[in-house]
Amino acid sequence: MRRFSWFNATSLTLGFAFLYLPMIILVVYSFNDSRLVTVWAGFSTKWYGELVRNEEFLDAAWVTVRVAFFSSCLATVLGTMAAYVLVRAGRFRGRTLFSGMIYAPLVMPEVITGLSLLLLFIGIGLDRGVFTVVLAHTTFAMCYVSVVVSSRLTTFDTALEEAALDLGASQFDSFRLVTLPIIAPAVISGWLLAFTLSLDDLVIASFTTGPGATTLPIKVFSAVRLGVSPEINALSTIMIGIVTVGVIIASLISKRAAVAQARDEQAAPRTT
Amino acid sequence: MRRALLIASPYLWLLALFLVPFAIVLKISLSDIALARPPYMPQWHPGDGLVALGEFLGSLDFENFVFLTQDDLYWKAYLSSLRIALISTALTLLVGYPIAYGMARAAPEWRPTLLMLVILPFWTSFLIRVYSWMGILSTEGVLNQFLTGLGLISEPLQVLNTNTAVYIGIVYTYLPFMILPIYSALEKLDDALLEAAEDLGCNRTEAFWLVTFPLSRTGIVAGCFLVFIPSLGEFVIPSLLGGSDTLMIGKILWEEFFSNRDWPVASAVAVILLLILIVPIVLFQRSEEKAREAAK
Repeated sequence: MRRFSWFNATSLTLGFAFLYLPMIILVVYSFNDSRLVTVWAGFSTKWYGELVRNEEFLDAAWVTVRVAFFSSCLATVLGTMAAYVLVRAGRFRGRTLFSGMIYAPLVMPEVITGLSLLLLFIGIGLDRGVFTVVLAHTTFAMCYVSVVVSSRLTTFDTALEEAALDLGASQFDSFRLVTLPIIAPAVISGWLLAFTLSLDDLVIASFTTGPGATTLPIKVFSAVRLGVSPEINALSTIMIGIVTVGVIIASLISKRAAVAQARDEQAAPRTT
Repeated sequence: MRRALLIASPYLWLLALFLVPFAIVLKISLSDIALARPPYMPQWHPGDGLVALGEFLGSLDFENFVFLTQDDLYWKAYLSSLRIALISTALTLLVGYPIAYGMARAAPEWRPTLLMLVILPFWTSFLIRVYSWMGILSTEGVLNQFLTGLGLISEPLQVLNTNTAVYIGIVYTYLPFMILPIYSALEKLDDALLEAAEDLGCNRTEAFWLVTFPLSRTGIVAGCFLVFIPSLGEFVIPSLLGGSDTLMIGKILWEEFFSNRDWPVASAVAVILLLILIVPIVLFQRSEEKAREAAK
């Protein structure tokens, strides 16, 4: 606090203005009456109406949500397993390759991941569509999930699992009854991350999709290539709104959980 | 038995959908383009037998890689991607450091909120964040209207579809990746060190350069790698904000594949991009390991 000067105040104000102004401008212009997005012609919600009537966008949104749901669920299961293997399984043959394959997709350019998966799908003669996009998204999202979950597992007190095993629980029961409830917040944030990454992905989906499986980002990209459009502004506003509400709810829940935990910890010594 | 199954499921998935695809890219980069489906040759199927496999391996060559060195477009695109990624990384550091510093110096009860405000844009769509700049930077966009309104310029500035717009786009979208590691390094800084430096006769600026800055180095290094590595292969930003003369290798690969349908050359472009990226990725992992060991 001592060193919080006018300099810090200015850099924070300018920094957050830079981060948020473009999105605020986007939201404001989505309520513009004019098709010319740069001329303000009064308040209107007509672009939202146009958006709701646009079947192509609705279809693409439905495809995107389905892909995101299936790929994030699969990625959460596989990613949690991978994290458990990385942190708990000890040494096994090919461990270095395994951890390499977990971390590499995080930094791999999307164009390379997309191209290589497409060539695989063609090579084995798999018809491209929703299914192939789900496979592709699961592959990169599981790596993000495993990073999130493994960072929780490394700070986990193994004595709790050992106690369960001593008390006669099987390995699987000790995972189900002890480990899973404790790492659950990390697993849930991993799932959310996987879901968001899938909703957001343009490049990998473009490579691995097929006829009838156009996702929303692909649709948006082909629309904005031609220039700024008020319907896309309206769509962006809806998406920004969903994310903002979601993040606020998530942070309230985690704050409440933290408060409850602090209360439990305080209460514990008194009861003993 | 359960342990084997636990290891095998994610392992086999990644082998089949991460490693094998790369082997295929490598193989196709050594093949020739053909007017067929799929549009490359030679091909070999497991049923063809070993003699055919020998012939197949014999007919692979480095022709596509030779082609990449002969055509100006490709090596210019690699160099230009490297330049754009380096300049943007430096700019992101310049913008991100003061923000991270301000956050670390803010009152402790404010820090979680500030942190959430930095992370929030990361959860909103990347595509939308890039798109939001199109309406600002275009010739009749918000920025030009604002500057003309103030009477600072009489002619609209051409920013959209130039490299400047690409720099702005990269700095904007990757800023959280720079702020977060620097913030976490600065947050751990002990104020007593700065007090000691001042007691020993440093003024505030000297104390910053002699104490704060060196101690935030791990955060700076991590942030720079996290911005540099993905921006090198960036596709969305150059294709929406850049101009026709903005050469970036991610865009070239996309066009080679989708417009020219030259799969072997697209694969060769990908292989070389990967080779270039291996250097910063290995350096990054090494510095992360060093930081982890230092923390122990």
